[in-house]
Amino acid sequence: MNKAMDVKITDMKERYTSGVLKYRQMGYWEPDYEPKDTDILAVFRITPQDGVDPVEAAAAVAGESSTATWTVVWTDRLTDSEYYRAKCYRVDPVPGSPEQYFAYIAYDIDLFEEGSIANLTASIIGNVFGFKPLKALRLEDMRIPPHYLKTFQGPATGIVVERERLNIYGRPLLGATMKPKLGLSSRNYGRVVYEALKGGLDFTKDDENINSQPFMHWRDRYLYCMEGVNKAIAETGEVKGTYLNVTAGTMEEMYERAEFARDLGSVIIMIDLVIGYTAIQSMAKWARRNDMILHLHRAGHGTYTRQRNHGISFRVIAKWMRMAGVDHIHAGTVVGKLEGDPHVVRGIYDTCRSIHVEQNMRHGIFFDQPWASLKKVMPVASGGIHAGQMHQLLHYLDDDVVLQFGGGTIGHPMGIQAGATANRVALETMVKARNEGRDIWNEGPDILTEAARWCQPLRAALDTWKDVTFNYASTDSVDVLPTPTAA
Amino acid sequence: MRITQGLFSFLPDLNDQEIGKQVDYALDSGWSIALEHTDDPHPRNQYWTMWGLPMFDLRDPAGVMMEVKACREANPNRYVRVLAFDSNKGHETIRMMFIIQRPEFEPGFELVRAEGPGRSLHYTLRSYATHVPPEERYRTAAKP
Repeated sequence: MNKAMDVKITDMKERYTSGVLKYRQMGYWEPDYEPKDTDILAVFRITPQDGVDPVEAAAAVAGESSTATWTVVWTDRLTDSEYYRAKCYRVDPVPGSPEQYFAYIAYDIDLFEEGSIANLTASIIGNVFGFKPLKALRLEDMRIPPHYLKTFQGPATGIVVERERLNIYGRPLLGATMKPKLGLSSRNYGRVVYEALKGGLDFTKDDENINSQPFMHWRDRYLYCMEGVNKAIAETGEVKGTYLNVTAGTMEEMYERAEFARDLGSVIIMIDLVIGYTAIQSMAKWARRNDMILHLHRAGHGTYTRQRNHGISFRVIAKWMRMAGVDHIHAGTVVGKLEGDPHVVRGIYDTCRSIHVEQNMRHGIFFDQPWASLKKVMPVASGGIHAGQMHQLLHYLDDDVVLQFGGGTIGHPMGIQAGATANRVALETMVKARNEGRDIWNEGPDILTEAARWCQPLRAALDTWKDVTFNYASTDSVDVLPTPTAA
Repeated sequence: MRITQGLFSFLPDLNDQEIGKQVDYALDSGWSIALEHTDDPHPRNQYWTMWGLPMFDLRDPAGVMMEVKACREANPNRYVRVLAFDSNKGHETIRMMFIIQRPEFEPGFELVRAEGPGRSLHYTLRSYATHVPPEERYRTAAKP
């Protein structure tokens, strides 16, 4: 390749002659650029089309996600275009994947509107994802500087305040999603809520697709659910809640549902990721104004997070959601039925729960990320988990997590209360053993068996699900760089 | 009814040795132990009576266990709980809380429903124990 074609053109007359230039000639490849503390950084995994030079492809990503269009435009010269141009400053081959490259791109903070995930994402995951010279493109990670973070509200409640409101400390919270997810009448649904909470859970949950269908309208559901919640509170002396899903077709309807939930005394409401970033931010502001915990179900994310070569890593979604202001987010179980490599899940949990996340390539964390006092998001582990895995869950996920056993509560052979009790006893037993210094990773099954001697519901749970595991290879694991270096 | 607030309420009551191990864990984690007691275990009664200040400078589990004994002796037939406070950045809150003593008879709560418009209900929870003045609570309670 002609060397002159590879470098930025500095002569202004030549640079702005009408026609088509390579992106790196236009200035989107700056290998000497040192990112500023205020820059927003992104790392993409790019798969160029055959014959497309990786550096040119990376420069094109910088261009197409910031100021560029396909041809030279003279109107660039009316502005400080050098300043607004995103700059690709580093391209590394992906270990073990010959066609793929990690492209590091820096964006000036002035490219983005304050406090708007919609604006941030319109650039970062906008047109660029349909760009023809790439076979595939994946947003792997981002570094959001404190200067920009501080323009976001962050979680409405946060882990610390959520625990203080619930009066629950020192153990994971316990929840269950109501099953069957569709088809129950409100009265029958409220029964399941009551039984599960009475039996020992802290939370029950609407499923993501429970909104206001013909078999169960939302007002009816809220009324019966709150009867179940309050009855269980009275009979246990504990604060409990049920995530009332307020997801609806319009913001107006969501606000109406949220207000009704608040008026009935619910401590928590729920939304789905599919309502969109702006709606999520609006609900987070509403939740802050109304002392409400805001649960987010990540419905839809699997369409773009699972494949390693294309889409968005879930750790980026988790980061955006912490900025957008949710209090709970489904973040993987490691051991359950849904996607989750242990290292990737750890990176996501750190993103939700740490006040400062250190770069850790093994966990898929490409950049140091200070969180600038934005509150912490409670991760939720849900999907195909049961009491017999309690030692593994506690080992992988630690205390600040909601463990949600849906089928693992409601499918218990002795009934829903017994299912809930089995989970609570298994959890308290395991926390006690861990605190006493026992090696729960290895002794876990024995510790559960000991407790099952005096707890019949736990014995039945262990017997029913003892052989259930989901040991499949992860489709989203991390490609570790041979010599990780800070970007 | 057995109130199930706190970390280990679903387990058999912890004996002194077991309490000691949890205290060890909290102290090893760098947290400070506090004791509190009450005759009103309403789930939203945040502020139980403090048994002195949190023991910020007491790092010896045996010393904590002496306070546990003294607190129980001075408050028989009341709820007593152990708390662990973490002053570290990012937490600055309670990290553990568990009940170590209960009255012999736990009367529980009454759920009062006030009907409102549109089928809505307003729920109020009342501790049966607080229907009588503090000095009479739990005193004449019948055994279950």
